Amino acid sequence: MLRYSLKRLISLCLSLAVASVVIFAVIEVAPGDPASFMLGVNAQPDTLAALRAELGLDVPKHERYFNWVGGMLTGDFGTSYTYRTPVSDMIADRMWVSLPLALYALTLSTAIAFPAGIYAASRRGKPGDIAVMGATQLGIAVPNFWFAMMLVLIFAINLRLFNAGGFAGWEDGIWTGLHSLTLPAIALALPQAAILARVMRSALLDILGEDFMRTARAKGLSRRQALWRHGVRNALIPVLTIIGLQFSFLLAGAIIIEQVFYLPGLGRLVFQAISSRDLIVVESVVMLLVFAVIIVNFLVDLAYAAVDPRLRSRT
Amino acid sequence: MSRNLILGACLSSLVVLAALISFVWTPYDHAALDIPAKLQPPDAQHWFGTDHFGRDMFSMIMVGARTSIAVALVAVGIGMALGVPLGLTAAARKGSWLDELIMRGNDLVFAFPSLVIAILITAVFGAGAINAIIAIGIFNIPVFARITRGAALSLWEREFIMAARVAGKGAARISAEHILPNVANLLIVQGTIQFSLGILAEAGLSYVGLGAQPPTPSWGRMLADAQTMVGIAPHLALIPGFAIILTVLGLNLMGDGLRDWLDPRIRVARA
Repeated sequence: MLRYSLKRLISLCLSLAVASVVIFAVIEVAPGDPASFMLGVNAQPDTLAALRAELGLDVPKHERYFNWVGGMLTGDFGTSYTYRTPVSDMIADRMWVSLPLALYALTLSTAIAFPAGIYAASRRGKPGDIAVMGATQLGIAVPNFWFAMMLVLIFAINLRLFNAGGFAGWEDGIWTGLHSLTLPAIALALPQAAILARVMRSALLDILGEDFMRTARAKGLSRRQALWRHGVRNALIPVLTIIGLQFSFLLAGAIIIEQVFYLPGLGRLVFQAISSRDLIVVESVVMLLVFAVIIVNFLVDLAYAAVDPRLRSRT
Repeated sequence: MSRNLILGACLSSLVVLAALISFVWTPYDHAALDIPAKLQPPDAQHWFGTDHFGRDMFSMIMVGARTSIAVALVAVGIGMALGVPLGLTAAARKGSWLDELIMRGNDLVFAFPSLVIAILITAVFGAGAINAIIAIGIFNIPVFARITRGAALSLWEREFIMAARVAGKGAARISAEHILPNVANLLIVQGTIQFSLGILAEAGLSYVGLGAQPPTPSWGRMLADAQTMVGIAPHLALIPGFAIILTVLGLNLMGDGLRDWLDPRIRVARA
């Protein structure tokens, strides 16, 4: 297990390094100099040079790359070109919206998908199964931002149970904050729940055909007992992988959903940064998202290996 | 053929047909403004109603189908054109440094959701349909590489491949002549699924302004325009949404149906 973890850790670091080079290189291709963009066309050469020095743009490219990466490792993401505030502060503020939203959605999606998938698998081929599968087929086809608009139409505009947008903040207590994230989280969770329910169902169906399930029944467990004690637990292995994958979809999906609800999260930050050509903010947010995906996949790999010993020897 | 396949194929061809017909005929000019007739709900004159500029929604949906289909189709093409050869190569050189390099490269690209790729490209080159195609296309490459490699690996163990090797064929020829035809079905099924995911991704990208730009009509941007008016004219949001759902549903049903019809044994990874 230790060797496997170590190997995975090395490949994790490599992935992060390569990803950061790719992101840095792509942003470097961007035409125009941020300093002259900030100062406009009439800037004096010496003010321009001073600003370039202040932003760290006056050193060679490879040095800038190492400054950027080194800075991120110590929590210094540089200074926003447009706001002149530390990028790390801007990101930290927005994180408190995007991360809770993604986690909220993940919780909802799991809470919906598990019972639905287990129910469908236990009723295989019967009307209950067909109904759940039909619903998931529909859930996969619905764009989450459209579903979000429908939720606004029904629950905010017509029933007035929620606000149509905006974020109340966490200062007035966790429930106020969660309340304003509820519609976005539902919108984000539904399509993911549909996928997860299908994975849960097919994983369970695979396992129901295994010999040990017959053994479980033979030793006197009822269908239901066998399903819960031996089926669900084993089905969790593939389901866990999908949950890990979904987290990255949720984080990226949150960027779009934030637009529907005018939430001040990472998505809003990155779109504002794109329109004002604040490339250092774009660079850092993208790196952060990619970092999150890579870390989550790493953790899933480890969890996977911990649950299923066969995997450790295979790699 | 299953009911799924027939229903899915009908829905998908309906959308493709609408897109094709829009090249020669739409009920109205999709870009023609008619402010006095704005925000009309669907009626006999405007089957899907009109938008906030009085443009005919039915015509816009028809023309918008072109954008969705074109972006998703080209993105699947990019994914297949690059991913399949990579997967075949990795399988042919199983365990070598090349295999390792391709698979780790795959993992790396997987860490960039298509939205993130689109954000990067847009930040540098500006928004547009081409960027959406590239972003979704890049995202598709590892999907096809992985599924091709997986299927090809098991084929390499089979006797008829052994026979081809004994006959003196090289790895490249075996991949092209024997492996590829045998993974084609799998690729068609996965292609259908990626196509439907591409439609969804395109809608999302143009909704946030990273996809097709005005005046090119697109379903995602119609939804973005509808957002502030959803309370007074719900049809603005309902109709493009239904168009997306029906298209994606049709493609997914077709993918499932094709899978069962082409080969009941194959299993397709659903992203």
